[in-house]
Amino acid sequence: MATTTIAPAERENYLNKEYGLGSWLLTTDHKRIALLYLISITFFFFIGGFFALLIRLELLTPAGDLVQADTYNKLFTQHGQVMVFFFLIPSIPAVLGNFLVPMMIGAKDLAFPRINLLSWYLYIAGGALMMHAMLTGGVDTGWTFYTPFSTAFSNTKVIEAGLAIFIAGFSSILTGLNFVVTIHRMRAPGMTWSRLPLFIWAHYATSIIQILGTPVIAITLVLVVAERALHLGIFDPKLGGDPLLFQHLFWFYSHPAVYIMILPSMGVVSEIIACFARKRIFGYTFVAISSLSIAVFGFLVWAHHMFVAGISVYAALVFSLLSYSVAVPSAIKVFNWTATLYKGSIHYDAPMLYAFGFLGLFTIGGLTGLFLACLGVDMHVHDTYFVIAHFHYIMVGGALMGYLGGMHFWWPKISGKLYPEGWARLAALIVFIGFNLTFFPQFILGYLGMPRRYYQYPPEFQVLNVLSTAGATVLGIGYLLPMIYFLWSMRYGKPAPDNPWNAAGLEWQTQSPPTTFNFEKEPVVTWEAYNYDEIDAGHKEEVPVVG
Amino acid sequence: MRVTKRRSPLSDSNVAVQTSVHEDVHRPELLHHFADPQQQRNSASLGMWIFLATEVMFFGGLFCAYLIYRNWYYADFAAASKSINAALGGTNTAVLICSSLTVVLAIWAAETSRRALMLAMLALTMFFGLGFLGIKGVEYHDKFVEHHVPGPSFSFEHEQIPGHPGQYANPQHAEIFFALYFIMTGLHALHMIVGLGIFTWLFVMAWKGRFTPEYHTPLEIGGLYWHFVDIIWIYLFPLLYLIDRHP
Repeated sequence: MATTTIAPAERENYLNKEYGLGSWLLTTDHKRIALLYLISITFFFFIGGFFALLIRLELLTPAGDLVQADTYNKLFTQHGQVMVFFFLIPSIPAVLGNFLVPMMIGAKDLAFPRINLLSWYLYIAGGALMMHAMLTGGVDTGWTFYTPFSTAFSNTKVIEAGLAIFIAGFSSILTGLNFVVTIHRMRAPGMTWSRLPLFIWAHYATSIIQILGTPVIAITLVLVVAERALHLGIFDPKLGGDPLLFQHLFWFYSHPAVYIMILPSMGVVSEIIACFARKRIFGYTFVAISSLSIAVFGFLVWAHHMFVAGISVYAALVFSLLSYSVAVPSAIKVFNWTATLYKGSIHYDAPMLYAFGFLGLFTIGGLTGLFLACLGVDMHVHDTYFVIAHFHYIMVGGALMGYLGGMHFWWPKISGKLYPEGWARLAALIVFIGFNLTFFPQFILGYLGMPRRYYQYPPEFQVLNVLSTAGATVLGIGYLLPMIYFLWSMRYGKPAPDNPWNAAGLEWQTQSPPTTFNFEKEPVVTWEAYNYDEIDAGHKEEVPVVG
Repeated sequence: MRVTKRRSPLSDSNVAVQTSVHEDVHRPELLHHFADPQQQRNSASLGMWIFLATEVMFFGGLFCAYLIYRNWYYADFAAASKSINAALGGTNTAVLICSSLTVVLAIWAAETSRRALMLAMLALTMFFGLGFLGIKGVEYHDKFVEHHVPGPSFSFEHEQIPGHPGQYANPQHAEIFFALYFIMTGLHALHMIVGLGIFTWLFVMAWKGRFTPEYHTPLEIGGLYWHFVDIIWIYLFPLLYLIDRHP
């Protein structure tokens, strides 16, 4: 493919159509907005990563020596808030989703391009306010804002941080709204629901959570801010209020929020596994429906975060049982991906390595989630490093691996350049090793009883903590590498062909990078999703035919 | 506009698409990324319905808090509820219902090319909206004068619990009622103000003659929003004003 003659003048595409700051800041092109998001969330990823680095450095030794207790409280709070609200939640939907949802269904753009741009500006406004809060004193409530500490006792910038997340929440809502309308109304002729890529199904399910969950945390944060500013008593037991009500409202969003992070990642993994195993996804319908059922079940399990907070035993029992039910659709996905690999012709390119990493790490994260859904075990490991390890296996091992895998898979389409494959495989390996070295010891630490959110610990925990910190360093290198070679490839990378992976999916049928309206002629779909048998058999249909 | 009606059911049988003849009848309101006006209209309408679903969840958190505290502190809530002016609240309910009627009439006028009627109905809707906010302002003023606004100057001492002579409401619990009252009606009023902004824009569009029997989608989705804000009030009014009221 490297020998294809490159036309002397570069073809017009969404990147070179217009230059200048205005053409980017006022763009309504979903692909350009995706890049705006890519730059912004990468910025916040490194801010959140910087806090993580300081946390791990502090925990290198049992004594509290690098930072003081209040600083440490701010570090883990801001690490959580930045990573959850300003990196993970927008990560795949706002970058890859924005770029790919219209292309995968054969549309020219999202249904509401201007609302799409608005959502980016809301994200930036929220992000700026969050930066302001962090630079002028920080927040120390934990990312969970638990009352009455956040409303009556904390002396930090709770109001600013709360409003920042409130504003960023609307960016998330608008993205979800745009996706649902786009998927319903903008599909190309012939693109039936059963022909949609699983990436689209995953984003549909994600959008439903964004639409129905995010407003609840928005109003909860309004109440926290109002209570703190005006000394109301809605969540303050001293004034007749109920702090558990806050926890219920908070987790009603914040539990499903985990699925906002993991579902898009599952969509990415479905695309990658099908492509690099050269097979249609096994059990397509089940994988599609399981995304929706995860979204639905996800709304019914929130109180498993409150088993030791004083909810009734009966409520705890019901929420424990419901929490197990999430394992069913999750397992359906994992088993179907594994079955897809069976007798596939597997290629070990970098995206596939990330997908493999996802499979293993998500499985560990999911299974340890079952430990935590069990009332008895949860009493023992609640608020310990076991919980920290569990949700990092889901949010980093799952969501972030999928994000990186997707970035590699679609980078040729996004940038029009090929990334260096050797480096990418190395980076994938480093991330996998570094991740496990960081977080596996934390399972043991938590099981042995090390609580989360303390800056000191008994000396007998030091070996495992040193391992974890060492792993975090390796992980950090693993994250810097793709950043470096992606940037490098934009200038020095080989030009990417239109379909470097020989992949199915409409986004590969147009040029790399695509033109502003994605397709020369509106595509007409006459084939099923993941028709790899047809593609590899050589009688691949000549695609966008009629127009 | 393209002649094909290829959008409707996305079935396999429908794939044989006629070549779209780009006769490009100039339609300023048809955005470039939509294939035809029908698709654009359906998208806009679905978008508004989904937005309203987010609004239901947004207010839902407040209704949830309200129901819990009303169950816990029923007597105090009843006493506090009695102190707000049900006559003004009832008037406002009627005002909003009238405004919903005028919205529907404005859309009907657009569909049937009655320009003057459409403008009159839009103006009347805004008049009702402003009237609602005015009456709401009077109520807020009364509460302020009576020291019923939660905060340092809040006072609700020696207020009778309805139906229980000699028993007084707990001021702290009544303060929770008033906190919820102000947050809920305040957010609702904020939505009314946004609605007035939308209707001002609709009025200008209508004045410029942008709406035709074929194209009046902004009126429809603006109307959806307005009806939704009305419906929120229909729930707020009995929940806040009519706890344990007997004539």
